[in-house]
Amino acid sequence: MVQEQPLVCLENLTLGYEKHPAVHHLSGHIYSQDLLAVVGPNGAGKSTLLKGLMQELRPLGGRIGWPQGKISVAYLPQRSGLNLDFPLTVEDFVSLGHWPRLGAFAAFSGKRRQQVRGAMEAVGMQGFEQASLESLSGGQLQRILFARLLLEDAQLLLLDEPFAAVDEQTTSDLLHLVQQLNREGKTLVAVLHDLHQVREYFPQTLLLARDLVDWGPTVSVLTQDNLEKARGMRGPFDPLADVCETQPGSAH
Amino acid sequence: MLDVLYQALLAPFIDFGFMRRALVGCLALSSSATPVGVFLMLRRMSLTGDAVAHAILPGAALGYMVAGLSLGAMTLGGLMAGWIVALLAGGLARITVLKEDANLAVFYLLSLALGVLLVSTQNRNIDLLHLLFGSVLALNNEALVLLAAIATLTLILLAVFLRPLILECLDPGFLKRHSRLGTLTHLVFLALVVLNLVAGFQALGTLMAVGIMILPATAARFWARQLDQLLVVAVGLAVLGSWSGLLLSWHWDLPTGPAIILMLGCLHLISLFLGRDGLLKRWIHPAKHLTS
Repeated sequence: MVQEQPLVCLENLTLGYEKHPAVHHLSGHIYSQDLLAVVGPNGAGKSTLLKGLMQELRPLGGRIGWPQGKISVAYLPQRSGLNLDFPLTVEDFVSLGHWPRLGAFAAFSGKRRQQVRGAMEAVGMQGFEQASLESLSGGQLQRILFARLLLEDAQLLLLDEPFAAVDEQTTSDLLHLVQQLNREGKTLVAVLHDLHQVREYFPQTLLLARDLVDWGPTVSVLTQDNLEKARGMRGPFDPLADVCETQPGSAH
Repeated sequence: MLDVLYQALLAPFIDFGFMRRALVGCLALSSSATPVGVFLMLRRMSLTGDAVAHAILPGAALGYMVAGLSLGAMTLGGLMAGWIVALLAGGLARITVLKEDANLAVFYLLSLALGVLLVSTQNRNIDLLHLLFGSVLALNNEALVLLAAIATLTLILLAVFLRPLILECLDPGFLKRHSRLGTLTHLVFLALVVLNLVAGFQALGTLMAVGIMILPATAARFWARQLDQLLVVAVGLAVLGSWSGLLLSWHWDLPTGPAIILMLGCLHLISLFLGRDGLLKRWIHPAKHLTS
């Protein structure tokens, strides 16, 4: 059987800050329609990996390849990156999801407005169109971030801790939405902390502790042994660290 | 009664050309500097406006030293000095350990000191008070055309860059991911801040120019909860403050720039107490809550 071409190829990828590696010599492939959880302790390089996939960070070493050509990528940010004091309605905020198609200057048509309402309905936020951003709870905000993500309609969706500090009902609704998007053909990569969620909803897992611990089917990755290894990750960046001479490892 | 009101509120503008010109100048400033101030406030950059306003002084003084009391030279000098400080403060914050607020404090102190030094060492009789506090009652046609041109350009650029401006403030990461407009938007916005402060400097002086930018914006925040309402209320308050400030200055023979800024300050205080999100509402029914 000929295996399909991957969507993304990570080739001996090292990402980091001021020459200190946060993701170290990572190799592997993300295939179309993967539903991949990225798991690891705090400081393991999970969010850094997403930044690399969004090309916000230039690799310190190795490369990220796109064998199927450039694809559209959408990102669900952590809430800390948003200025929620900004006086904007929820509907206007969600409308920004049209940006990849409309750009900065084009006008919104009635059809686009309809799509905004549709996305809000899909995340259970109908009736909140005229509410202000600052009036939303953590869970409601997460829902409208998902609505904006739906409008972006990208092939690869990157979710950075999408269920952090979100109640059970919202988490459950959004997890079902994630599964539905995956069934519709989207590729999703989500940074997560709750291993029960990962085991139940994510067939693939990448366990990261700056270096790759394991990458593959969730059942075989989330073993006691692997989790112990991840916990033993290195401490803070060493300002006196030597230059890394490690040779490329093998891809997963 | 009507005659008293007419004499108090309208007659100065109908009877005297210089008062009409001052009012038109203030209207132009209100319609451009104030919307820029709304975005400055929303981007938490109010103090940037202050620092850039101070930086305009040495630039205008240099313009005066080179070409005498020329509107063009002083405007150009002010623009260049303001632009340099705006860029340096933001740029140095990115490449050194000092944050932008500390860099701004350094630059505005240095600019003010340099400006006062340059002005005071001149043999020619330049009026420092004119530079610091402006002379809105002496606005000539040339200055009015400059104010109107800056207002027109500002409104056009704000309309064109509205979406990137909102996004740069609300979710800069999203803008960076989907567009290369982030840096351009920031530079255009800084240019608008400098341009409008130079415009304000013609009428209100370097120290007061930032007032018509920031005070109506902060006052409007107590009344409006959405961006479009905020812009409309802020411009309305700026017009009201300018008009009442001009009248205050006329009837009580007070310096005009400070009178306008003080009236804008009064509007801010009134909004602080009486606004929809003001203090009075909290004090009157502290224990009450809504049904939903």
